[in-house]
Amino acid sequence: MRSLTASRAPDAYRARPLSGPDATYQAVGNAKAQDDPKLRLRGDRLFRRRAGRADPAPSRLSYRLQRWMLTPGIRRGLKIGLPLGALAAAVGLFFADDARRDELSAQVSGLITAFQERPELMVKLMAIDGASSGLSDDIREVVPLDFPISSWDLDVEQIRDTITGLDPVKSASVRIRPGGILQVDVVERQPVIVWRTREGLDLLDETGAHVASIARRTERADLPLIAGEGADKHVAEALELLRTARSLGDRVRGLLRVGERRWDLVLDRNQRIMLPTERPVRALERVLAVNEVQDLLERDVAVVDMRLGSRPTIRMTEAASADWWNTKVTTGNGQ
Amino acid sequence: MMTDLYQSQRAMRQMRQQAMQRGVVAVLDVGTSKVACLVLRFDGTGRLSEDNSIGSLAGQTGFRVIGAATTRSRGVRFGEITAMQETERAIRTALQAAQKMADIRVDHVIACFSGANPRSYGLDAQVDLDGQEVTEAEIGRVLNACDVPDYGAGREVLHAQPVNFALDNRSGLIDPRGQMGQTLAVDMHMLTVDAVAIQNLVRCVKRCDLELAGIANSAYVSGISALVEDEQELGAACIDMGGGSTGVSIFIKKHMIYADSVRMGGDHVTSDISMGLGVSTTIAERIKTFNGGVHATGADDRDMIDIGGDTGDWEHDRRTVSRAELIGIMRPRVEEILEEVRLRLDAAGFDHMPSQQIVLTGGGSQIPGLDGLASRILGQRVRLGRPLRVHGLPQSATGPGFSSAVGLALFAAHPQDEWWDFETPVDTSAVRPFRRAVRWFRENW
Repeated sequence: MRSLTASRAPDAYRARPLSGPDATYQAVGNAKAQDDPKLRLRGDRLFRRRAGRADPAPSRLSYRLQRWMLTPGIRRGLKIGLPLGALAAAVGLFFADDARRDELSAQVSGLITAFQERPELMVKLMAIDGASSGLSDDIREVVPLDFPISSWDLDVEQIRDTITGLDPVKSASVRIRPGGILQVDVVERQPVIVWRTREGLDLLDETGAHVASIARRTERADLPLIAGEGADKHVAEALELLRTARSLGDRVRGLLRVGERRWDLVLDRNQRIMLPTERPVRALERVLAVNEVQDLLERDVAVVDMRLGSRPTIRMTEAASADWWNTKVTTGNGQ
Repeated sequence: MMTDLYQSQRAMRQMRQQAMQRGVVAVLDVGTSKVACLVLRFDGTGRLSEDNSIGSLAGQTGFRVIGAATTRSRGVRFGEITAMQETERAIRTALQAAQKMADIRVDHVIACFSGANPRSYGLDAQVDLDGQEVTEAEIGRVLNACDVPDYGAGREVLHAQPVNFALDNRSGLIDPRGQMGQTLAVDMHMLTVDAVAIQNLVRCVKRCDLELAGIANSAYVSGISALVEDEQELGAACIDMGGGSTGVSIFIKKHMIYADSVRMGGDHVTSDISMGLGVSTTIAERIKTFNGGVHATGADDRDMIDIGGDTGDWEHDRRTVSRAELIGIMRPRVEEILEEVRLRLDAAGFDHMPSQQIVLTGGGSQIPGLDGLASRILGQRVRLGRPLRVHGLPQSATGPGFSSAVGLALFAAHPQDEWWDFETPVDTSAVRPFRRAVRWFRENW
């Protein structure tokens, strides 16, 4: 059986204040200390339940608000979206003012230039290797840089493209060497052939690319000559034909491109060998073989026509044919 | 009207499924003396342990209690809502506190209440199968064939559970699906309550911006949680002694077969004390809680209790009463409640049950010595029941007063099949006349 002493009374029921005569007696002494609970919060008064409101139920509004705040989307929005929004608003407000924006950009660009113009990063001169003096002057002309310049401002790719765009330059490499030197290594195009056009004489390299123009043929008498429209597109073929015709020695005047289609090999004494479009080298070799055996080209032949491979034709000079006519008349054993 | 109920219950079931998908649901026990709210999180982890045994939590591991709160109930009498605003505020208080503890917003609520004159009906039906296999459609057909008794206007069906299936002459089938037979018979237990009580509860929950995902009878759900598995299987009665009403439910083969409520409870004991001693209800409640009992001994005559009071009248506030007197006030009322329960059990034919186990639960069952008194009135096999343990239930909510709240949680996690879980056959209205016409033609020509 449980005992019913005061100590068994639950804590929830705090000792009541005295009432009746005892209360008045106690009130003379320390009634205040009896009244108040031991522990007091400082802001207690603000949060204490108002008298007459014994209902612990939340108001409809606070209930709804709490449910709203417990919604995951809203919570995430408040946790992440709200600070982000505030930050965006702050940044936006800061940059809304023109002066502040300019000031900040000036500050930033000042910092950037201060870093870029450190002496370690400056380029002081340009060194060009592998180019003739005329070409290096040209290069300096097309790449106008006023040194010293920061290596951040140099667009090496673009400089290389500019230099490679020059006609006499085959390839170029551009790099910044330690010590602040812009190193340009150039490989020049070597002219292998002279191309005569209506405009003048051009020097071409083996790919047919234009290298330079010359005023007179005698300036580069060592190089063979080609002519005709579109001849520069077939320089490799022309070179092969000329190599084949080497045995003719200095009888060869040059190659003529006819109708942008086929070659004529022009010799002195106004002789020419008309070569076919297909496999001109074979045809030339046949002519040379005949020449070797029969001295064809030593004779009074104007044209060796090899355009039809199955029917090579020879045209004689007028004098020779007249000669031949006479012979025929005198002998009288014609067709 | 039946279809209407069918639709509304189905809608509620759908809502429950939705809540399960979202993973969070609140259960709300609207009682006469307190409103308890548990917030459950369904994580869908394994029902059984690896070795397929039941395990320490009886397989109830699919959910976890993440928030729990109780508040003093207001506006509820005899387990029915009488003052909507007050009840709504009480629900709001409990729910807000539980939500706050769970730290998650809850939108779906499963509620239970004890009053509203529950009445049980046993239905049965039989259909021909023509030797085909029993499928869900057949079950729906046989359930739909039950002829519903006229349970009166203004009442609604709260539970309608198939309790037993019989195939030809084999009875006691739990799940006849997939079996073959000629006839399929079903026994169904239907529980009706006053429609007004349900409407009031629905209104209250709606006003709290919540969706109602299910309603259950409190006697039923406290039976689920307070009866152990064997008792549910072998047959037992659960007596949920609440504040305003005492629920009675009888279980056998894991199904409830009878439920009723006595419109008396702990509050009546309190009001008896209040009237007998001339004190306020709160003081009477305190005296009952701390010093109550139903068996007086010699020592109780000498055990004086301070009645206390706050009236300011010194003499009035200094009265004492002996514990024997207090017991003398309480005991007749408790006896009356138990006698009434006895009558209900007799009316239900509890005597003929194979097992006569009786389990007392609910806040009222905490009166010291109640089990002795109950065994004298109800029968020898009486025990005090506490709710099943569930994951995350706070210690403060493990007492017998929470057996209906916990049972509601179990009900939410593993609901029993109800009538409206099965599709009604389509040929109820539109197709049947046509078929009849076809048959008539076939027979006459």
